[in-house]
Order: sequence, then structure tokens, then C-alpha cells
Amino acid sequence: MTNNFVFEKDLAAKKIHVIREFNAPIEKVWKAWTNPDLLEKWWGPKPWVAKTKSMDFTVGGVWLYAMVGPEGQKHWSYVKFTAIENGSRFSTDALFCDEDGNTIPGAPVGHWDNKFVAAGDKTKVVVDLTFDDEADIKMLVEMGFEGGFTMGLNQLDELLAAQ
Amino acid sequence: MKRDVFQAIADPTRRAILALLALGAMTPNAIAAHFESTRQTISKHIQILTECEVLTQKKTGREIHYHFNPEKMKEIDIWLERFRKMWEDRFDQLDNLLNDI
Repeated sequence: MTNNFVFEKDLAAKKIHVIREFNAPIEKVWKAWTNPDLLEKWWGPKPWVAKTKSMDFTVGGVWLYAMVGPEGQKHWSYVKFTAIENGSRFSTDALFCDEDGNTIPGAPVGHWDNKFVAAGDKTKVVVDLTFDDEADIKMLVEMGFEGGFTMGLNQLDELLAAQ
Repeated sequence: MKRDVFQAIADPTRRAILALLALGAMTPNAIAAHFESTRQTISKHIQILTECEVLTQKKTGREIHYHFNPEKMKEIDIWLERFRKMWEDRFDQLDNLLNDI
């Protein structure tokens, strides 16, 4: 299967650039990225699930959700919508927070810019993730832990080692 | 405090020191001569880089040379590879969802 996945990092520019093609029309892909019920079905890398507490998909509105782990552990994220071009692009500022959406002053902010481009029956999604501060590279590490994928891969490593 | 390779690259001066030493080992004085900052500031950066294990010290007589340790820098690639894998998994899940809706 070809989906033209691109993952480029430019650490000096504090930037990660991701491109992916999906075999579905743009309306569906847009919905999957902006509807909390649908996000729950894919945003969390297994076995984590992204559970939404509230979402206000308007400019200045907030998506408050938790990545919920297999043992019930929760990592909350506060995602503020900073720009929306309906059906084609939206930008967010994402921070870690507590369950009431309180963020820590000075906490690192990830700036997301998500673009959706129709290509026939397919849709290309372009994600640019940037950080303000050099030190925010640390946030990337924490995001990794948040996603639980490090844990998941460690378990896989153990499993493979045990074979 | 336990230091990691991400702290090594989190600062532009430290990245410049790494780039310099990637070309060849140097004494602290030779490193400091490349920067406007005080010798003390550069020493502090060298200390952090050493604690992060991206630099190693070698003594020759009375002189200390700092060497770049590329093996340690690979940890960043390994970590980013895992980040990339997370995105791949996430997008595979989205593929399945798009088939269903």
C-alpha cells in the first residue's frame, strides 16, 4: 500500500513535518480530524485512547482531552484552535494540562498547522509542528511518553526478547 | 540530576560546540576561542555536554582534549524513530476508520 508517508525533522528549526495520503474524500478526513467521537477512534496510539471531555471547534475554542492508558492512567491535553479554514486547514496550540484544563505557566507549547488537500478521491494531509523554545525539544520526549508508545514499544521489545 | 542527550542539543551554543568537535578533538581553551562568551560560560556548556555523555575527555600530559561521541547522538534518532512510528500507527488506525465511515 502506498500512502506517501513523509516524516521530516529539523531540530535546529524546532520543527517536525509530516505528510500522509488517505484513501478517502476530503470531507471524511476532515471530519475524522475534527469530530471528537471519531478522534477517539484513532488519535490515541494503541493501546491508548483519546477521550474528549469538551470540544469547541471554533477559533479561540478549546479541545480538552485525555490520553487514557490501559491501566486507566490519564494524560490531559489542552488544545486551543487558533485558526480554522473550514474543510481545508486548522491550526492549534497544544499544551499539557490538568483535568480542568489548567495549564502550567511557561509550559512548552506545540504549534500545529494541519492542512487538507483533495487529490481526486484521495486526501493529502500536511502537518507542521513547531516549538518556540530550544528547550521544548524536551516536550517531544514527554509527548512520546504521553502517547504511551514508548511504553508499548518497550513491551514489544520485551516480547521479542522473550521469543 | 540525570542528564540526557536532549539537554545537550537544547541550547544553540552547545549545538555549535558539538558541530566544532565533530570536526576534531579540542582543548577547552581552543573551544572557548571560537565563541564570544566568557571562558566560564563555555566551560559550563562543556560540563553539561560531558554529563550528557555526548563529549568524552581524554588527558594527554597536562592537557585535556574533548572528543565528540556520535554514538550518544544516535539516541535522538532512535527516539525520533519511535515518534515517527507512533504517527504511522495512528494513521493506520485512521485508514481503518475512514473505511468504516
